[in-house]
Amino acid sequence: MALPDRLSRAVSTTAFRVAAVTVTVYLLCAGVVVGMLLWQTNRILTSQVLGTLRSEAELLKVEAQSGDRAALVRAIETRSRPGGPGLYYLGDASGTKLAGNLSRIPPEIAGSAAGGVFRYAPDVANSSSEQLGVAIPVDVGGGTVLIVGRDVEEQRRFAGEMGTVYFLGLGFLTLGGLLAGFLVSRVALKRIETINVAARSIMDGDMSRRIAITGAGDEFDTLAGNLNAMLERIEALMSGLREVSDNIAHDLKTPLSRLRNSAEAALRDARGSEAYREGLEHTIEEADELIKTFNGLLLIARLEAGALEKSAERFDVGRVVRDVAELYEPVAEERGMTLIVEVGEDPQLTGNRQLVVQAVANLIENAIKYSKTAAAAGAAADATITIGLRDMDKVVEIAVTDRGPGVAPEDRERVLKRFVRLEKSRTEPGTGLGLSLVQAVARLHGGSVRLEDNRPGLRVVVTLPKRGDDR
Amino acid sequence: MHVLVVEDDRETANFLQKALKESGHAADLAEDGETGQSLAEQGVYDVLIVDRMLPRLDGLTMIRELRGKGVRTPVLILSALGEVDDRVKGLRAGGDDYLTKPYAYSELLARVEALARRAVPEEQETRYVVDGLVLDRLSHRVTRDGEPIQLQPREYRLLEYLMKHAGQVVTRTMLLEHVWDYHFDPQTNVIDVHVSRLRAKIDKNFEKPLLHTVRGAGYTIRDGPA
Repeated sequence: MALPDRLSRAVSTTAFRVAAVTVTVYLLCAGVVVGMLLWQTNRILTSQVLGTLRSEAELLKVEAQSGDRAALVRAIETRSRPGGPGLYYLGDASGTKLAGNLSRIPPEIAGSAAGGVFRYAPDVANSSSEQLGVAIPVDVGGGTVLIVGRDVEEQRRFAGEMGTVYFLGLGFLTLGGLLAGFLVSRVALKRIETINVAARSIMDGDMSRRIAITGAGDEFDTLAGNLNAMLERIEALMSGLREVSDNIAHDLKTPLSRLRNSAEAALRDARGSEAYREGLEHTIEEADELIKTFNGLLLIARLEAGALEKSAERFDVGRVVRDVAELYEPVAEERGMTLIVEVGEDPQLTGNRQLVVQAVANLIENAIKYSKTAAAAGAAADATITIGLRDMDKVVEIAVTDRGPGVAPEDRERVLKRFVRLEKSRTEPGTGLGLSLVQAVARLHGGSVRLEDNRPGLRVVVTLPKRGDDR
Repeated sequence: MHVLVVEDDRETANFLQKALKESGHAADLAEDGETGQSLAEQGVYDVLIVDRMLPRLDGLTMIRELRGKGVRTPVLILSALGEVDDRVKGLRAGGDDYLTKPYAYSELLARVEALARRAVPEEQETRYVVDGLVLDRLSHRVTRDGEPIQLQPREYRLLEYLMKHAGQVVTRTMLLEHVWDYHFDPQTNVIDVHVSRLRAKIDKNFEKPLLHTVRGAGYTIRDGPA
């Protein structure tokens, strides 16, 4: 990168702009402070000089009042000797100078009672270099004019130098501020560039790429952390999606080819024969299974995208659980299982009743499906399915428990996903969507699903907030 | 029975027309909502089968306008959508039943026939009778050949629905919807188990079976072979 380019990039960063604005405001404030400082310094020095002059004037006044004019002239002459700090002018009423090192009455002072600042040419050397003085008139009576002053050229020079130092300081401040802004912006740019580089390589397809965290614990780290978390979530969603589409491809291909096979087989049978009819009926059954799968997928997709409000109503969960259990009770009994309903309270819930019904039905169907092995083994006690409802203040917990083979802890997260069926159950009929739907229903209601070990068996707990999503 | 099919997909419409004809019903076709509406207004149909998505005038609006004009012909809504919400919306617009695409023809036929029966002015029947089986809707008592039969409340409602539609095929989904008020596809044979329990109570000790299974469709209660 060429330097001008880098410079313009640095200048156009937010960090640099913030620095520039800060420096400008700071400069303005500093300018005002310096100005006030200079003015105040001058004022103090001047008033000090004036004080000195006044006390000197008092002394000279006393001398003058003693009546001896010659003594006054002598005193002034003594004080006016070169190297002394004072400036004097003593003249009589006619305007003739009697003594002093000022050649004339400074025009700035003439006629003023309070005295003031004036310019004068030190009569020693060249008259062109004027110096600054402060003087007051002293009333010594008898028409005599006495001006007592002090040279403040030193002071002025001091103030001037101070000013220079102040303004130099301001200059350094500006440069330093801008430099600091530039450096800060470069650091910021560098950190942002690492984020950009990571983002570009992610856009190029490297989904596992993450933004480096420096460990400084600053905002950039927080940002990088958040972005990484977001990427993590996106990657999980994407791999979930990929898994779903892979599974769709696999799980729909199998029934589709079965459907095709049975249609082909039917075609070979004599038209109108019993086998022909059966073959076609079988074909329709296969198609119906496929349709069920599609409907299930669509419903889950809609639930995951949808909002609850439209269809929410207030209903009695206890009744829903009891009714669904009643629906399945004969099925369980027919298969030698016992369905126990443990619903103590009748909490009210705001949600979609039909969906909650379906979720509970799915859980019971699953339990019935997987308890089969235990029932077949003949251990009656092991074929018990328990459906419980617990009212827990803000939420209700619906728990369906079986004593079947259960789900290993490492698989519990996975079986909630679409089409995920554990190897041992792949041969069982079913769409592999049951638990996914339960989870989608729970999430739509702002709740959750968790799988637990029932030792032996599986315990699926659905937690639903009573008041929808509290939105 | 005279049916009007309002459906813009020609293949589906032709399939329905042919199938309905084979089942012994006459079927007219309309390809868009406006044509459907003007045909339906003539009031010659027993049932309307209306697709939700129609050109020119969508199905729900068409039904709402027909109802507004006092046309009471029962309507079966067909829809590719199929969430509980859509069902509720369809029924609210004035539809009488709702079927999600894709559907089995047997399901559609059973529902259409059930709807057509409803259109026949139904004086509040207090007794359903099929052969010797009598269901008294006032006393909630069931007897067969004079012998009382003890039924659970749910079994009673199941029998009531079957007898209300005596002679017609009632599908498993229809039973689940009307007897239990559930709208989902069970993965297990729940309905079959309930029906066979009912059958055990009303048919077991009698020579002539009344509750028949219709293969590939559902159940029917009738005096005579299925």
